Amino acid sequence: MALLEIDDLHVSFKTMDGVVRAVAGVSLSLDARRTLGIVGESGSGKSVTAQTIVGLTRFPNAKISGRIMFDGRDLVSMDADHLRDIRGARIAMIFQDPLSSLHPFFKVGHQIVEAIRVHEDVPRDVAKRRTIEALRSVGIPSPEERFDSFPHEMSGGMRQRVMIAMALALRPDILIADEPTTALDVTVQAQVLELIQALRDDFGTAVILITHDLGVVAQMCDDVAVMYAGRVLEQAPREVLFDGPQHPYTWGLLQSIPRLDAPRSDRLSPIAGSPPSLINVPRGCTFHPRCPYTPPPALETEPPLEEAEPGHLVRCHLSVEERRRLWQSLQSEHPALR
Amino acid sequence: MAVAAERAPGAEVDESLLVVRDLVKHFPIRKGVLQREVARVHAVDGIEFDVRRGETFGLVGESGCGKSTTARLITRLLAPTSGSIVYDGKDISSWTERRLRPLRRDVQMIFQDPYASLNPRRSIGTIIGEPLRLLGVSDRSARRVRVREVMERVGLNPEHYNRYPHEFSGGQRQRIGIARAIVLEPKLIVADEPVSALDVSIQAQVLNLLQELRDEMGLTLVFIAHDLSVVRHMCDRIAVMYLGKIVELATGDRLYAHPRHPYTGALMSAVPVPKSAAGRGRRRVVLAGDVPSPVSPPPACRFHTRCWKAQQICREEEPPLESKGEQDVAACHFPLSEGEVDALTRPSTE
Repeated sequence: MALLEIDDLHVSFKTMDGVVRAVAGVSLSLDARRTLGIVGESGSGKSVTAQTIVGLTRFPNAKISGRIMFDGRDLVSMDADHLRDIRGARIAMIFQDPLSSLHPFFKVGHQIVEAIRVHEDVPRDVAKRRTIEALRSVGIPSPEERFDSFPHEMSGGMRQRVMIAMALALRPDILIADEPTTALDVTVQAQVLELIQALRDDFGTAVILITHDLGVVAQMCDDVAVMYAGRVLEQAPREVLFDGPQHPYTWGLLQSIPRLDAPRSDRLSPIAGSPPSLINVPRGCTFHPRCPYTPPPALETEPPLEEAEPGHLVRCHLSVEERRRLWQSLQSEHPALR
Repeated sequence: MAVAAERAPGAEVDESLLVVRDLVKHFPIRKGVLQREVARVHAVDGIEFDVRRGETFGLVGESGCGKSTTARLITRLLAPTSGSIVYDGKDISSWTERRLRPLRRDVQMIFQDPYASLNPRRSIGTIIGEPLRLLGVSDRSARRVRVREVMERVGLNPEHYNRYPHEFSGGQRQRIGIARAIVLEPKLIVADEPVSALDVSIQAQVLNLLQELRDEMGLTLVFIAHDLSVVRHMCDRIAVMYLGKIVELATGDRLYAHPRHPYTGALMSAVPVPKSAAGRGRRRVVLAGDVPSPVSPPPACRFHTRCWKAQQICREEEPPLESKGEQDVAACHFPLSEGEVDALTRPSTE
């Protein structure tokens, strides 16, 4: 059985401008020791999905439905007290900007000690020892001294390591990393990604990695879900997704990025238009206004997320054969896609 | 130093629109009642490069390498500590604001965060037309005609003339920033991380727009970014910066085919590639540690603290930026060999 099973999750927020449908029917599952990548642009619902798992979207104006099964219990209907026990201890989360998740007035060591003691009844000195161990395991040099540092005394990469140390001090079953390297330089990103991989391998922590960067997904993830306008448009194991993607949106993303590993092209092929407003999501297939193919039914009805081949789910009206043919012709036009 | 090496053989000085020599910018750190200078941030520490007419010149590096300070120096939004900036044959490095004014027509800048660089209380028509007004185009209807023309050119609907910045998406706001930059038909545009804040699908649209405008208007472009794949896509020649220094300068294709400086090699190997087989058999160099503080940069070669090839000489003697074959220049005692580059950049063929 899967470690975490999201089933038909809907999250919407009532605002002055209308109802924002941030997540509209997402189903995903995560197995132990696996890394699931959720990739999408801003407004795709990838962060809201992740935050809802740990109950961070329970605002008065939010409406949440569906089920998130973890350890035999539904996190959506769970009361706040029980959820608090799970959040942090069994499902930990790290964010894009570590500076805003660390308290500026307290020493980083103290903050990790507190996090441990909230969930476990251990003496202060034991918690301190575990904190120093955690700091050491994420590669912070001289952790005994760094224990007494304030967040502002550290670099961005170092702060993200502290967040990872805090997340892992409690040996969670799941680590949710929401754009963990977006604010970091590429050489520091490489360090942090390597660290997350090592921790997954050593402790068997399952990881949900949320990112806009398809390169990071290709490097890190076992399974990938591509989200757009609150929906999953394509979902597959990594090799399948990168070797034979079947959704026009995924093709668009792959064509939009300049590539280091291919000869330079004159012009990029961007996706036309911009992502839809989540208040007025387009009728029919949500991607149709930007889709270069738009089969006629896409204007009226939303395609279901269907299995194109075992383990490969696609939400598109085009037939599997058409999609295979289109992808092949794209590959012959763009050497970078081969 | 390496002046001759970075210019194509037989190139005339006239080919260069911008010539930067020994450029230095230090920011003093002051403390105490008397505001005595206690230290300096060595933001830019003696860099040299030429930007040829009509080319796209790239500056790439991680945060704190001095690329944005360089952008603000060559547009003279900042005054250099020392060194010269020769624009179109004139040394503008010590010009006063008043004297610089006519130059502002020629040299424009595009910023990373289009929202922060647009006044929220002005309509976008006013924002785009502001440079025209400042340069003395007092006829309102003439300004309006020109602004509409430019809006259309950058892909904005001219009917949105009276709307405000908050009504636009990130990509559209960057188009507003670009419209403002081209409204005076400048010769040189300095774009500082113009697409880093944008989603991938929008980023590609903006990059294509910049290329089209460059080709149509014969612009010279200085393109600054931390994203190597974007810089490579856009630029003819690229300078790689590290802690206030240029460590390597080469044509885009050469730089990616054969980086000479270990830092360039490490940067390239750190970029994740969106392919399922990526990384297999590829030796990824993960640099240890962070970029040192520019307040007290390491002596001699500034990269030696993170370099896996560093030897004693790297700690004692600063390597000059010199030719390492063809027109490429790199500042390194032990430049990468062909074999090392192969291991870094290409997946093994087995």
